[in-house]
Amino acid sequence: MVISLIEMKPGQVGTVVQLSGGMGFLKRLEGMGIRVGKTVRKLGAGFWKGPQTIEVDGAHFAVGYGMASKIFVEVTT
Amino acid sequence: MDIDKLLLIGNPNVGKSALFSRLTGAKVVVSNYPGTTVEFTQGFMKLNGSNPAIIDVPGIYELQSHSKAEEVALEMLKKGDFIINVVDSTNLERNLSLTLELIEKGIPMVVALNMWDDTKHKGIEIDVEKLRKILGVPVVATCALTGEGIKKLVSHIVEVKPRSSKPLSRNERWEAIGKIVTEVQKLHHRHHTFLEMLADLSIKPSSGAPIAFLILFLSFNVVRFIGETLIGYVFEPFFGYIWAPLMLRLSAVLGSGSPLHTILIGKLAEGSIDFSISFGLLTTGLFVPFAMVLPYIISFYLVLGILEDFGYLPRLAVLADNFMHKLGLHGYSIIPMVLGLGCNVPGALATRLLEGRKEKFIAATLMAVAVPCMAQIAVIVGLLGQRGGRYVALVFLILFTIFVIKGLILNRVIKGRSPEILMEIPPYRIPQPQAVMKKLWMRVFFFLKEAIPYVLLGILFVNILYSLGVITFLGNIFSPVLRNLWGLPREAIGALIIGFLRKDVAVGMLGPLGLTAKQLIIGCTILAVYFPCIATFIVLLKELGIKDMLKSACLMMVTALIAGAVLNLIL
Repeated sequence: MVISLIEMKPGQVGTVVQLSGGMGFLKRLEGMGIRVGKTVRKLGAGFWKGPQTIEVDGAHFAVGYGMASKIFVEVTT
Repeated sequence: MDIDKLLLIGNPNVGKSALFSRLTGAKVVVSNYPGTTVEFTQGFMKLNGSNPAIIDVPGIYELQSHSKAEEVALEMLKKGDFIINVVDSTNLERNLSLTLELIEKGIPMVVALNMWDDTKHKGIEIDVEKLRKILGVPVVATCALTGEGIKKLVSHIVEVKPRSSKPLSRNERWEAIGKIVTEVQKLHHRHHTFLEMLADLSIKPSSGAPIAFLILFLSFNVVRFIGETLIGYVFEPFFGYIWAPLMLRLSAVLGSGSPLHTILIGKLAEGSIDFSISFGLLTTGLFVPFAMVLPYIISFYLVLGILEDFGYLPRLAVLADNFMHKLGLHGYSIIPMVLGLGCNVPGALATRLLEGRKEKFIAATLMAVAVPCMAQIAVIVGLLGQRGGRYVALVFLILFTIFVIKGLILNRVIKGRSPEILMEIPPYRIPQPQAVMKKLWMRVFFFLKEAIPYVLLGILFVNILYSLGVITFLGNIFSPVLRNLWGLPREAIGALIIGFLRKDVAVGMLGPLGLTAKQLIIGCTILAVYFPCIATFIVLLKELGIKDMLKSACLMMVTALIAGAVLNLIL
């Protein structure tokens, strides 16, 4: 099942399958190590469309709601 | 050719500044969050008899710029002839992307696998020798905080060009990195540590918000407790029992009423010295910075330093993100605000972290308007606190209300969108006492060096302006605004004039005027809002440019006019 980061529940783990958005955004994600094929664990979600927090390769990130809706994940657990 | 410009380059928050301070012995601020270094810092190191410059470059993820800090980094790259690529060894894969990009540049370099000590408790094993062979450049494991591996790193600073490699496309690069990582790195499973559990808890909104309140509440009380203790047991006794008798003797020698007496000692109140009223250079001029402000500077920067090194501030940024967006900012702008509470100058510099012009303008304006610096807070507490703590709290509430209202308005009025938050949250690290103390000392020293001359100058100015009759003259001109709009006596103009120079002295000048609590509240608020002190103004001018700074300054004046009038009506 492919869903966006915002639809993931805290604690769920998945694999990044697709990133959409502008070139600048994609490059920034890439530089931070958020790429297709990476395993993502969702840590939490801010209230009222607040930032989503995730873990990739042991590092934690905060991703704005709009940006998170452009990151698609195949949920594994 | 000798090496004469070394660059420290790496991802954000990998310890470049800590390494810089190890290599040069220079004192720079190091913290556990990305973006501590927004401007390059240059120092010099000893290297086989020569003295090459070494530059601490702001952190970048790739050779491309998104913010001012990243632009600075790319500019620097053109000028260096040796690169020390600092890599977070607990995050090898991601960091290697920049490493490969740098190798392609063909500049001699060495890779520092920093934070090496963290790999052990994270269950990461890296084959340094193998990595060196694959990359074709020297690789050294280091721990900048403890100094491990630094000597070895220095021994590899020799001018050897990396073997030329053809530029890789993005996909090729990631493929190459994937291969490297599988070859050199082994991961061992291990349990979550307590700090990691705490890290998880403090970023989930449900548990993070209460934790944030608890931390802020504790911080506030610790700052207050240490500040009050220092004042009550160290500084006030010193001034009361040792300094005051000395000054009285000097006063007798100079003769009350002589010009030198007025400048050095000031006015005597019933034959004795009142440090908050006398206004001489050696009385109030020393009492304000040392006995009122310095204790809170020490306690504030101690607590801030611990929070910074622990890695708490980015979590606060994430939690505040939503709220800050309503004001046209994003969560990370909480960092300039928190720094601004110490001193507006580093706060203004930290607005460089922010990406867009709109966000930067709003952050700078809101900080200058509604975030009083510790020097100002200390004098407000000293002055208004005598009438009751609730008045001090009221001033803060008023400033916070101004912050919110002004943010809401600016967000509507200014065109453009504030970018969303996208940031790495560093792991918690236990602060190292030595590092915390060193940073505290640097900041206290900065305060002493920057503030005291201005305080003395301010007090000298007050005396000169008074004796020339300038303050009375201007007081008469501005008395309609002061008296009718704000309900303040015309003498308050003196404080407004000196406020351009130094806010703590300005607030202190309200002391001798015999104001009511209401007038003091209005006066303190206006002094906080109407204009930044000269030091902050200069930095803001550089950061925002003349046009935006003028706009910002107009906004400040208007805010002061309105806020003062409203308070005069409703209080």
